[in-house]
Amino acid sequence: MKFGVVRFPGSCDEVDALMACRRFAEADLLWHGDSDLSGIDAVVVPGGFSYGDYLRVGAIARFSPLMESVIEFARAGGPVLGICNGFQVLCEAGLLPGALLPNNSLRFVCRQVEVAVENPDTPFTRACDQGELLSIPVKHTTGRYYAPPGTLPDEQVVLRYAPGHNPNGSMDDVAGVCNEAGNVMGLMPHPEHAVDPLTGSADGGRLFESLAMVPVA
Amino acid sequence: MLIRPKAGILDPQGQAVERALPALGFEGVANVHVGRLIELDVEDASQVPQMCERLLANPLIEDYEVVQIGDAPVRAEPAPSRTTEEAA
Repeated sequence: MKFGVVRFPGSCDEVDALMACRRFAEADLLWHGDSDLSGIDAVVVPGGFSYGDYLRVGAIARFSPLMESVIEFARAGGPVLGICNGFQVLCEAGLLPGALLPNNSLRFVCRQVEVAVENPDTPFTRACDQGELLSIPVKHTTGRYYAPPGTLPDEQVVLRYAPGHNPNGSMDDVAGVCNEAGNVMGLMPHPEHAVDPLTGSADGGRLFESLAMVPVA
Repeated sequence: MLIRPKAGILDPQGQAVERALPALGFEGVANVHVGRLIELDVEDASQVPQMCERLLANPLIEDYEVVQIGDAPVRAEPAPSRTTEEAA
């Protein structure tokens, strides 16, 4: 089992994501200008400010050569996890429903939040129980999730902010969603920053642990 | 291209501006929305809506309007070269 962690110009969480993946499986960085995903069993699109967030968050990264391969990989059923900016990129790429808008507060938020596992039946949450609460930090300015009415079925809501923990005004407290097939997931909180009790919580590791359980084809 | 937040989607930036104006004494202001303007020269203006759909706007959350200024075909000419001396 091998993870590939994408690095765009402007990514800043790719090394934490790489270290988080390596707790559970092999992992390598993937450069945005390459397009080779051979030997990769799961892709992580990490947080940061890909391409400077120019135009709209995620809008330009979506067209990088590597993303074209990631889109193909996802359409073939390969697991893809987008974190924060990675979530924004996957929405822009049309792999996930909806979009991320500026926080209600118009401010950058950085705090520990609790999210409830709404759907443990995905490759990203299979190590979790229904309703399990995970303590994971958020840090973003553009994290207000929005999907047009009727475009996000309940089973595609994977994580929801616990009552009182919604940091950005996301619709229905949605913190993480998956695609219809269940093999692509995006979330605003940063599980890669919560893999060791030393930094307050190891709950984020559950997502990487879940992915590492995916049988290798 | 004028790109605006879609009607019905909360626009906190517009709201913040709307609250700021009365604080300066400007009364009777409503429905403030903040969008963005993208200017470009293009040889074939018929491509512009596709540019908006695929990159310049996100149609899930934004509406766009194309405004053409001048209808003469835009010719791509190299910019006059500047010598170091001129630039200095």
